[in-house]
Amino acid sequence: MKKADGKFMSALCSRHSTLAFRLLLLALAVAFVILGALNGEALEVFKKAVRICLECIGIG
Amino acid sequence: MKSKQINTDKKRGKFRIKRGWIQAAATLLTNIHLPNFFKGVIYRGPVKHICVPGLNCYSCPAATGACPVGAYQAVVGSPKHRISFYILGLLTFFGVLAGRFICGFLCPFGWFQDLLHRIPTKKFSTRKVKALRYVKYVILFVVVGLLPVILTNPSGMGSPFFCKYICPQGVLEGGIPLSIANSGIRAALGPLFSLKAAILAAVVVLSILFYRPFCKWLCPLGAFYSLFNRVSMYRFHVDRDKCVNCGKCARVCGMDVDIRDNQVHPECIRCGECEKACPTSAISHSFRLFEKRADKAESPCAGAGCAGCHERDK
Repeated sequence: MKKADGKFMSALCSRHSTLAFRLLLLALAVAFVILGALNGEALEVFKKAVRICLECIGIG
Repeated sequence: MKSKQINTDKKRGKFRIKRGWIQAAATLLTNIHLPNFFKGVIYRGPVKHICVPGLNCYSCPAATGACPVGAYQAVVGSPKHRISFYILGLLTFFGVLAGRFICGFLCPFGWFQDLLHRIPTKKFSTRKVKALRYVKYVILFVVVGLLPVILTNPSGMGSPFFCKYICPQGVLEGGIPLSIANSGIRAALGPLFSLKAAILAAVVVLSILFYRPFCKWLCPLGAFYSLFNRVSMYRFHVDRDKCVNCGKCARVCGMDVDIRDNQVHPECIRCGECEKACPTSAISHSFRLFEKRADKAESPCAGAGCAGCHERDK
Protein backbone atom coordinates (compact mmCIF):
# COMPACT_ATOMS: atom_id res chain seq x y z
CA MET A 1 0.00 0.00 0.00
CA LYS A 2 2.85 2.32 1.01
CA LYS A 3 4.69 1.51 -2.20
CA ALA A 4 1.58 2.24 -4.23
CA ASP A 5 1.16 5.58 -2.45
CA GLY A 6 4.76 6.48 -3.21
CA LYS A 7 4.33 5.65 -6.89
CA PHE A 8 1.14 7.68 -7.06
CA MET A 9 2.76 10.72 -5.43
CA SER A 10 5.81 10.47 -7.66
CA ALA A 11 3.54 10.35 -10.68
CA LEU A 12 1.68 13.39 -9.38
CA CYS A 13 4.95 15.20 -9.00
CA SER A 14 6.05 14.73 -12.57
CA ARG A 15 6.23 17.90 -14.58
CA HIS A 16 3.87 16.53 -17.20
CA SER A 17 1.12 15.95 -14.70
CA THR A 18 1.70 19.45 -13.30
CA LEU A 19 1.23 20.89 -16.77
CA ALA A 20 -1.84 18.74 -17.39
CA PHE A 21 -3.33 19.71 -14.03
CA ARG A 22 -2.71 23.41 -14.67
CA LEU A 23 -4.27 23.21 -18.12
CA LEU A 24 -7.21 21.29 -16.74
CA LEU A 25 -7.77 23.89 -14.01
CA LEU A 26 -7.48 26.78 -16.46
CA ALA A 27 -9.96 25.12 -18.84
CA LEU A 28 -12.29 24.42 -15.92
CA ALA A 29 -12.00 28.04 -14.78
CA VAL A 30 -12.91 29.38 -18.23
CA ALA A 31 -15.79 26.89 -18.51
CA PHE A 32 -17.09 27.93 -15.07
CA VAL A 33 -16.94 31.63 -15.97
CA ILE A 34 -18.87 31.04 -19.20
CA LEU A 35 -21.39 28.75 -17.50
CA GLY A 36 -21.86 31.25 -14.66
CA ALA A 37 -22.26 34.18 -17.04
CA LEU A 38 -24.86 32.23 -19.07
CA ASN A 39 -26.67 31.41 -15.81
CA GLY A 40 -27.06 35.11 -15.09
CA GLU A 41 -24.52 35.19 -12.24
CA ALA A 42 -22.53 38.07 -13.77
CA LEU A 43 -25.72 40.12 -13.81
CA GLU A 44 -26.38 39.15 -10.20
CA VAL A 45 -22.87 40.33 -9.27
CA PHE A 46 -23.40 43.58 -11.19
CA LYS A 47 -26.76 44.28 -9.51
CA LYS A 48 -25.18 43.82 -6.08
CA ALA A 49 -22.00 45.75 -6.86
CA VAL A 50 -23.66 48.91 -8.22
CA ARG A 51 -25.72 49.42 -5.07
CA ILE A 52 -24.21 50.37 -1.73
CA CYS A 53 -24.09 47.14 0.29
CA LEU A 54 -25.53 48.27 3.62
CA GLU A 55 -24.42 45.16 5.53
CA CYS A 56 -20.87 45.52 4.20
CA ILE A 57 -20.47 49.08 5.46
CA GLY A 58 -22.11 48.37 8.83
CA ILE A 59 -25.78 49.31 8.38
CA GLY A 60 -28.39 46.64 8.77
CA MET B 1 31.08 38.36 5.04
CA LYS B 2 29.95 41.69 6.51
CA SER B 3 29.87 43.35 3.07
CA LYS B 4 27.73 40.47 1.78
CA GLN B 5 25.31 41.07 4.65
CA ILE B 6 25.13 44.81 3.83
CA ASN B 7 24.55 43.94 0.16
CA THR B 8 21.59 41.64 0.88
CA ASP B 9 20.11 44.20 3.31
CA LYS B 10 20.42 46.90 0.64
CA LYS B 11 18.85 44.57 -1.92
CA ARG B 12 15.95 43.87 0.46
CA GLY B 13 15.42 47.57 1.19
CA LYS B 14 15.29 48.46 -2.51
CA PHE B 15 12.99 45.54 -3.25
CA ARG B 16 10.63 46.49 -0.41
CA ILE B 17 10.25 49.99 -1.89
CA LYS B 18 9.64 48.53 -5.36
CA ARG B 19 7.06 46.10 -3.98
CA GLY B 20 5.36 48.95 -2.11
CA TRP B 21 4.96 50.85 -5.37
CA ILE B 22 3.49 47.79 -7.09
CA GLN B 23 1.02 47.38 -4.20
CA ALA B 24 0.13 51.08 -4.39
CA ALA B 25 -0.44 50.85 -8.15
CA ALA B 26 -2.61 47.74 -7.71
CA THR B 27 -4.66 49.49 -5.02
CA LEU B 28 -5.11 52.52 -7.26
CA LEU B 29 -6.20 50.38 -10.23
CA THR B 30 -8.62 48.53 -7.95
CA ASN B 31 -9.99 51.89 -6.75
CA ILE B 32 -9.68 54.13 -9.77
CA HIS B 33 -12.75 56.38 -9.26
CA LEU B 34 -11.18 58.63 -6.63
CA PRO B 35 -13.49 61.67 -7.13
CA ASN B 36 -16.37 59.52 -5.80
CA PHE B 37 -14.86 59.83 -2.32
CA PHE B 38 -15.89 63.50 -2.31
CA LYS B 39 -19.27 62.88 -3.92
CA GLY B 40 -20.26 60.14 -1.45
CA VAL B 41 -21.48 57.82 -4.22
CA ILE B 42 -20.14 54.57 -5.74
CA TYR B 43 -19.17 53.76 -9.34
CA ARG B 44 -22.02 52.03 -11.22
CA GLY B 45 -20.41 51.20 -14.58
CA PRO B 46 -20.17 47.90 -16.51
CA VAL B 47 -16.76 46.94 -15.05
CA LYS B 48 -18.65 46.02 -11.87
CA HIS B 49 -19.66 42.79 -13.64
CA ILE B 50 -16.09 41.60 -13.02
CA CYS B 51 -14.40 40.73 -9.72
CA VAL B 52 -11.04 42.17 -8.77
CA PRO B 53 -8.44 39.62 -7.57
CA GLY B 54 -7.87 41.13 -4.10
CA LEU B 55 -10.10 41.85 -1.11
CA ASN B 56 -11.66 45.21 -2.01
CA CYS B 57 -15.15 46.25 -0.95
CA TYR B 58 -17.46 47.05 -3.87
CA SER B 59 -19.13 49.65 -1.70
CA CYS B 60 -15.93 51.66 -1.65
CA PRO B 61 -16.79 54.87 -3.56
CA ALA B 62 -13.72 54.45 -5.78
CA ALA B 63 -14.02 50.67 -6.38
CA THR B 64 -13.40 49.65 -9.99
CA GLY B 65 -14.91 46.16 -9.82
CA ALA B 66 -16.73 43.77 -7.53
CA CYS B 67 -15.29 42.15 -4.40
CA PRO B 68 -14.99 38.38 -5.05
CA VAL B 69 -16.02 37.40 -1.50
CA GLY B 70 -18.99 39.78 -1.39
CA ALA B 71 -20.01 38.82 -4.92
CA TYR B 72 -19.89 35.09 -4.12
CA GLN B 73 -22.15 35.57 -1.11
CA ALA B 74 -24.50 37.77 -3.12
CA VAL B 75 -24.91 35.09 -5.80
CA VAL B 76 -25.32 32.10 -3.47
CA GLY B 77 -27.55 34.17 -1.18
CA SER B 78 -30.08 34.69 -3.98
CA PRO B 79 -32.81 32.04 -4.29
CA LYS B 80 -31.74 31.15 -7.86
CA HIS B 81 -28.22 29.88 -7.12
CA ARG B 82 -26.61 27.57 -4.56
CA ILE B 83 -23.06 27.85 -5.91
CA SER B 84 -21.43 30.54 -8.04
CA PHE B 85 -19.60 29.05 -11.00
CA TYR B 86 -18.80 32.53 -12.28
CA ILE B 87 -16.86 33.62 -9.18
CA LEU B 88 -15.28 30.19 -8.62
CA GLY B 89 -14.11 30.26 -12.25
CA LEU B 90 -12.60 33.74 -11.95
CA LEU B 91 -10.86 32.93 -8.66
CA THR B 92 -9.56 29.60 -9.98
CA PHE B 93 -8.13 31.42 -12.99
CA PHE B 94 -6.37 33.99 -10.76
CA GLY B 95 -5.23 31.19 -8.43
CA VAL B 96 -3.67 29.05 -11.18
CA LEU B 97 -1.86 32.08 -12.60
CA ALA B 98 -0.46 33.50 -9.40
CA GLY B 99 -1.59 31.69 -6.23
CA ARG B 100 -1.03 33.87 -3.15
CA PHE B 101 1.18 36.27 -5.13
CA ILE B 102 -2.12 38.16 -5.25
CA CYS B 103 -2.00 38.53 -1.43
CA GLY B 104 1.61 39.68 -1.53
CA PHE B 105 1.41 42.17 -4.37
CA LEU B 106 -2.14 42.94 -5.52
CA CYS B 107 -4.45 42.95 -2.48
CA PRO B 108 -5.29 46.45 -1.15
CA PHE B 109 -5.97 45.13 2.37
CA GLY B 110 -2.67 43.26 2.35
CA TRP B 111 -0.89 46.50 1.48
CA PHE B 112 -2.78 48.30 4.26
CA GLN B 113 -1.50 45.72 6.77
CA ASP B 114 2.05 45.98 5.38
CA LEU B 115 2.00 49.75 5.89
CA LEU B 116 0.73 49.37 9.46
CA HIS B 117 3.46 46.84 10.21
CA ARG B 118 6.09 49.41 9.23
CA ILE B 119 5.13 51.59 12.21
CA PRO B 120 8.20 51.30 14.42
CA THR B 121 7.20 49.37 17.55
CA LYS B 122 8.17 46.05 19.11
CA LYS B 123 7.15 43.22 16.75
CA PHE B 124 5.92 39.78 17.80
CA SER B 125 6.20 36.42 16.12
CA THR B 126 3.14 34.34 15.20
CA ARG B 127 5.06 31.04 15.07
CA LYS B 128 3.53 29.83 18.32
CA VAL B 129 -0.04 30.41 17.14
CA LYS B 130 0.24 28.67 13.78
CA ALA B 131 -2.95 26.71 14.49
CA LEU B 132 -4.97 29.92 14.06
CA ARG B 133 -4.25 29.83 10.33
CA TYR B 134 -6.92 27.13 9.97
CA VAL B 135 -9.62 29.60 11.09
CA LYS B 136 -9.59 31.18 7.65
CA TYR B 137 -10.57 27.85 6.05
CA VAL B 138 -13.55 27.58 8.40
CA ILE B 139 -14.53 31.13 7.39
CA LEU B 140 -14.15 30.24 3.71
CA PHE B 141 -16.18 27.02 3.75
CA VAL B 142 -18.71 27.76 6.49
CA VAL B 143 -19.24 31.53 6.69
CA VAL B 144 -18.80 32.35 2.98
CA GLY B 145 -19.83 29.09 1.30
CA LEU B 146 -22.45 27.56 3.56
CA LEU B 147 -24.25 30.08 5.80
CA PRO B 148 -25.68 32.29 3.00
CA VAL B 149 -27.14 29.13 1.45
CA ILE B 150 -28.66 27.51 4.54
CA LEU B 151 -29.67 30.51 6.67
CA THR B 152 -32.19 32.28 4.48
CA ASN B 153 -35.18 34.54 5.13
CA PRO B 154 -38.75 33.50 4.12
CA SER B 155 -38.16 34.76 0.56
CA GLY B 156 -35.09 32.52 0.22
CA MET B 157 -32.47 35.28 0.47
CA GLY B 158 -29.28 34.69 2.46
CA SER B 159 -27.17 37.36 4.14
CA PRO B 160 -23.53 38.06 3.23
CA PHE B 161 -22.40 36.88 6.69
CA PHE B 162 -18.69 37.49 6.18
CA CYS B 163 -19.23 41.04 4.89
CA LYS B 164 -21.81 41.76 7.57
CA TYR B 165 -20.07 40.44 10.70
CA ILE B 166 -16.36 39.99 9.97
CA CYS B 167 -14.89 41.95 7.05
CA PRO B 168 -13.03 45.07 8.24
CA GLN B 169 -12.42 46.22 4.67
CA GLY B 170 -16.10 47.23 4.23
CA VAL B 171 -15.88 49.69 7.11
CA LEU B 172 -12.44 50.97 6.10
CA GLU B 173 -13.21 51.51 2.41
CA GLY B 174 -16.99 51.89 2.44
CA GLY B 175 -18.45 52.75 5.83
CA ILE B 176 -16.00 55.44 6.92
CA PRO B 177 -15.64 57.41 3.63
CA LEU B 178 -19.34 57.14 2.74
CA SER B 179 -20.45 58.26 6.20
CA ILE B 180 -18.11 61.26 6.03
CA ALA B 181 -19.39 62.37 2.61
CA ASN B 182 -23.04 61.30 2.89
CA SER B 183 -25.16 62.58 5.79
CA GLY B 184 -27.94 60.04 5.09
CA ILE B 185 -25.54 57.12 5.61
CA ARG B 186 -24.04 58.82 8.65
CA ALA B 187 -27.48 59.03 10.24
CA ALA B 188 -28.16 55.33 9.62
CA LEU B 189 -25.04 54.00 11.38
CA GLY B 190 -25.83 51.78 14.37
CA PRO B 191 -24.57 48.91 16.53
CA LEU B 192 -23.45 46.86 13.51
CA PHE B 193 -21.14 49.66 12.46
CA SER B 194 -19.74 49.82 16.02
CA LEU B 195 -19.06 46.06 15.96
CA LYS B 196 -17.32 46.25 12.60
CA ALA B 197 -15.37 49.35 13.59
CA ALA B 198 -14.16 47.44 16.67
CA ILE B 199 -13.03 44.54 14.42
CA LEU B 200 -11.22 47.01 12.18
CA ALA B 201 -9.54 48.63 15.20
CA ALA B 202 -8.44 45.19 16.45
CA VAL B 203 -7.00 44.29 13.02
CA VAL B 204 -5.17 47.64 12.89
CA VAL B 205 -3.57 47.14 16.32
CA LEU B 206 -2.69 43.49 15.59
CA SER B 207 -1.21 44.46 12.19
CA ILE B 208 1.18 46.86 13.90
CA LEU B 209 2.38 44.15 16.28
CA PHE B 210 2.17 41.05 14.04
CA TYR B 211 2.80 40.60 10.31
CA ARG B 212 -0.50 40.42 8.35
CA PRO B 213 -2.78 38.88 11.02
CA PHE B 214 -5.88 39.17 8.85
CA CYS B 215 -4.23 37.36 5.91
CA LYS B 216 -2.89 34.62 8.19
CA TRP B 217 -5.95 33.93 10.30
CA LEU B 218 -9.16 35.34 8.82
CA CYS B 219 -9.09 36.06 5.09
CA PRO B 220 -11.26 33.62 3.09
CA LEU B 221 -9.76 34.89 -0.16
CA GLY B 222 -6.26 34.06 1.06
CA ALA B 223 -7.57 30.65 2.11
CA PHE B 224 -8.93 30.04 -1.40
CA TYR B 225 -5.74 31.16 -3.16
CA SER B 226 -3.62 29.09 -0.76
CA LEU B 227 -5.21 25.97 -2.27
CA PHE B 228 -3.57 26.94 -5.58
CA ASN B 229 -0.02 27.67 -4.37
CA ARG B 230 0.96 24.12 -5.27
CA VAL B 231 -0.08 24.43 -8.92
CA SER B 232 0.27 28.15 -9.61
CA MET B 233 2.40 29.27 -12.53
CA TYR B 234 4.19 31.88 -10.41
CA ARG B 235 6.41 30.12 -7.91
CA PHE B 236 9.72 30.05 -6.09
CA HIS B 237 12.59 27.61 -6.51
CA VAL B 238 15.50 26.69 -4.22
CA ASP B 239 18.75 25.59 -5.78
CA ARG B 240 20.02 23.04 -3.28
CA ASP B 241 23.54 23.20 -4.73
CA LYS B 242 23.79 26.91 -3.92
CA CYS B 243 21.93 26.81 -0.59
CA VAL B 244 24.25 26.96 2.43
CA ASN B 245 21.43 26.37 4.95
CA CYS B 246 22.09 29.64 6.78
CA GLY B 247 18.36 29.90 7.55
CA LYS B 248 18.12 33.61 6.73
CA CYS B 249 15.19 32.99 4.37
CA ALA B 250 13.17 31.41 7.18
CA ARG B 251 14.07 34.19 9.62
CA VAL B 252 12.95 37.04 7.33
CA CYS B 253 9.68 35.35 6.36
CA GLY B 254 6.75 37.20 7.93
CA MET B 255 4.40 34.34 7.08
CA ASP B 256 6.43 31.79 9.11
CA VAL B 257 7.37 29.70 6.07
CA ASP B 258 10.69 27.92 5.62
CA ILE B 259 11.05 27.93 1.86
CA ARG B 260 13.88 25.37 2.01
CA ASP B 261 11.35 22.78 3.19
CA ASN B 262 8.45 23.72 0.98
CA GLN B 263 8.47 26.15 -1.95
CA VAL B 264 4.72 25.83 -2.50
CA HIS B 265 3.62 26.29 1.11
CA PRO B 266 -0.05 27.43 1.38
CA GLU B 267 0.97 30.34 3.62
CA CYS B 268 3.61 31.72 1.23
CA ILE B 269 2.37 35.02 -0.21
CA ARG B 270 5.29 35.16 -2.67
CA CYS B 271 6.42 38.50 -1.27
CA GLY B 272 10.02 37.74 -2.31
CA GLU B 273 11.66 38.74 0.99
CA CYS B 274 13.42 35.35 1.20
CA GLU B 275 14.72 35.65 -2.35
CA LYS B 276 16.30 39.03 -1.65
CA ALA B 277 17.66 37.94 1.74
CA CYS B 278 19.46 34.89 0.37
CA PRO B 279 23.24 35.54 0.49
CA THR B 280 23.99 32.93 -2.20
CA SER B 281 21.10 33.69 -4.58
CA ALA B 282 19.84 30.13 -4.17
CA ILE B 283 16.22 31.27 -4.28
CA SER B 284 14.64 32.33 -7.55
CA HIS B 285 11.14 32.72 -8.97
CA SER B 286 9.49 31.89 -12.26
CA PHE B 287 6.22 32.39 -14.08
CA ARG B 288 5.62 29.69 -16.63
CA LEU B 289 3.02 27.16 -17.69
CA PHE B 290 5.50 24.35 -18.25
CA GLU B 291 8.04 23.50 -15.54
CA LYS B 292 11.64 23.10 -16.71
CA ARG B 293 13.15 19.63 -16.57
CA ALA B 294 14.07 19.07 -12.95
CA ASP B 295 17.71 18.47 -12.20
CA LYS B 296 19.38 17.00 -9.17
CA ALA B 297 19.30 20.33 -7.38
CA GLU B 298 15.59 20.87 -7.54
CA SER B 299 12.66 18.51 -7.40
CA PRO B 300 9.72 19.04 -9.78
CA CYS B 301 7.27 19.00 -6.89
CA ALA B 302 9.03 21.98 -5.28
CA GLY B 303 9.92 20.11 -2.12
CA ALA B 304 6.37 19.76 -0.94
CA GLY B 305 7.26 16.53 0.82
CA CYS B 306 6.21 13.86 -1.66
CA ALA B 307 7.51 10.30 -1.68
CA GLY B 308 9.77 11.15 -4.60
CA CYS B 309 11.54 13.83 -2.55
CA HIS B 310 12.07 11.49 0.37
CA GLU B 311 13.55 8.88 -1.98
CA ARG B 312 15.93 11.45 -3.44
CA ASP B 313 16.95 12.88 -0.07
CA LYS B 314 17.82 9.44 1.36
